[in-house]
Amino acid sequence: MADHTLDAKGLNCPLPILKARKALKDVPAEGILEILATDPGSVADFEAFCRQTGHELVEHSEEGGTYRFLIKKAAA
Amino acid sequence: MRFAARMNFLRSFLEREEPKMSAEEKSMSIIVTKGSLDWAYPPFILATTAAAMGLPVTMFFTFYGLPLLLKDLNLQLTAAGNPAMKMPMMGAHMGLPNLLTAIPGVDAACTKMMKNLMSKKGVASIEDLRELAVEAEVRLIACQMTMDLFEYTLDDMIEGPELGGAATYIEVATQSDINLFI
Repeated sequence: MADHTLDAKGLNCPLPILKARKALKDVPAEGILEILATDPGSVADFEAFCRQTGHELVEHSEEGGTYRFLIKKAAA
Repeated sequence: MRFAARMNFLRSFLEREEPKMSAEEKSMSIIVTKGSLDWAYPPFILATTAAAMGLPVTMFFTFYGLPLLLKDLNLQLTAAGNPAMKMPMMGAHMGLPNLLTAIPGVDAACTKMMKNLMSKKGVASIEDLRELAVEAEVRLIACQMTMDLFEYTLDDMIEGPELGGAATYIEVATQSDINLFI
């Protein structure tokens, strides 16, 4: 389903965003990156990151303190 | 003949390189003036995040911010004059009265405590953030005047910084949408 998964659990701001940016480089255009994080601030941050960069936050959910984000990379 | 010359002029005009920044692309500059462990975080966090969000970023290192470019960082913090510095300890938040902060070893202990806390909470080290900034092609400018003042050379610094002065920064600032002084 996801083309890549980034495990950013235990990392604090701004590392989940910085690692996501790096991981997106290996994702093909319109491919999906799955990110797992435990930083509660990452919810607002990934929303802002996607608005600014043009990638699409397809969905995000939370389960047992772990946040899961699916980001669809912008078309090239 | 005149027509041909005119066409050439027009062609060269049309083929001129587009300005580097598009209308939507925002950019950011930060003046970095402080070099203690706690004050080193805001500029590096904002610079790396802005770069990750696609903004061209410039950091201008001056006065006590300049040593943040040294090859070997051994950042310290001090509790003196910082009543807001309260660390979580045994379920409470504890600060230090100013008088105690003057005792030798107290700053070192506070620094150690802060660094432990940071690694426990998954906060990046300044060394890591700085490396990420270099990787993200953040433009680093070392203030020439401060280099002279504190007797540093580029050999003391990591690879990447260029030298510049106030005019260099002002030029950057006039082209940036966000200009911060930290």
